Amino acid sequence: MGPFVFDSTTTILVSLALGFGFGFVLERAGFGDSRRLAAQFYLHDMTVLKVMFTAIVTAMVCVHFLWAVGLVDLSRVFINPTYLWPGIVGGLIMGVGFIVGGYCPGTSLVAAATLKLDGVFFVVGALLGVAVFGEAVPRFWDFFQTSGDLGRFTLADWLGLPTATVVFLVACMAVFMFWGAEQLERAFARPSREEEAAKDLEVVR
Amino acid sequence: MTPRPPWNPYVAGFALGLVLTTAFVVTGHGLGASGALSRVTTAAIDAVAPMHVNTNPYLAPMAGGDTDPFDSWVVWTVVGAILGGLASGWAGGRLKIETFRGPRITAQQRWMLALFGGAIMGFGARLARGCTSGQALSGGAMLSVGSWAFMLSVFIGGYALAYFVRKAWN
Repeated sequence: MGPFVFDSTTTILVSLALGFGFGFVLERAGFGDSRRLAAQFYLHDMTVLKVMFTAIVTAMVCVHFLWAVGLVDLSRVFINPTYLWPGIVGGLIMGVGFIVGGYCPGTSLVAAATLKLDGVFFVVGALLGVAVFGEAVPRFWDFFQTSGDLGRFTLADWLGLPTATVVFLVACMAVFMFWGAEQLERAFARPSREEEAAKDLEVVR
Repeated sequence: MTPRPPWNPYVAGFALGLVLTTAFVVTGHGLGASGALSRVTTAAIDAVAPMHVNTNPYLAPMAGGDTDPFDSWVVWTVVGAILGGLASGWAGGRLKIETFRGPRITAQQRWMLALFGGAIMGFGARLARGCTSGQALSGGAMLSVGSWAFMLSVFIGGYALAYFVRKAWN
């Protein structure tokens, strides 16, 4: 029954393999291109939302199913502890960095790996940002460590519903979001080159 | 070689979900990226000012005393992700030196925006204890309340500012 405890060499090999799959899929999704990532915020192209929520729902359903049939011990699986306020403020700051810089840390590494210079500059910037954070955080240590500290706290705990019900509800919500994303893409589609050329021609006439 | 089109987003998302599931079931944790960047800079600071690292409550657990900042799964996950991205880009004909930018800015302007945006992102990601990978994907799949609040905040931050930086992309 998972998860397993490995010695340090095996940990390195397993992490390398998982990371390889992670980077490979990010690149295949087209996430090595900042224009595609930024387009999410102009509603032209909702690929980011579709990939992200398909991945979340797939992993959510698979992990909880394996737990239900006794193949994984959820009590030994890391669930990100909730530090509500640092998470919300950090998330807002990240949203700004995302639309200004065009990547997030994982996608910028993939962009840099495929020789995209904007990806390289983003990675350098992110290194500076994390270094500045490390030097600055002692000044707001209490906010970082204690504000909104709820520990291991899931949506099921919060809503007072069985985990299986929450898994089902999140999956339904995702399907609704995919439907919405398809509608938005149609409504906000960037005109194709041919259409723009046709429009220019009309103006000339 | 003409670059091949990316995968269908739902197929890519399903594949990413399987990688994430494997991570949880085999290792007991999800994926990550920004944690590794933090360990790289902490190692650099530790090389020049080890006493400073020992007295900083954020850096000390990573590199204080004899602790090796690279002795963490996330460092190897990121090395793997770089190799995986490189392999996929090479196989898909996308391995090429270029700068992705909107049609109305120069490559130099794009580099400065990427550097600046990256710095903002790096700071925010550490404040939030993880980025899109370590918080949104991993914590989201495990239904953590904090990760869902974080995810919502990232989208709000991005949409709120998108109008003001539209020249960079459109």
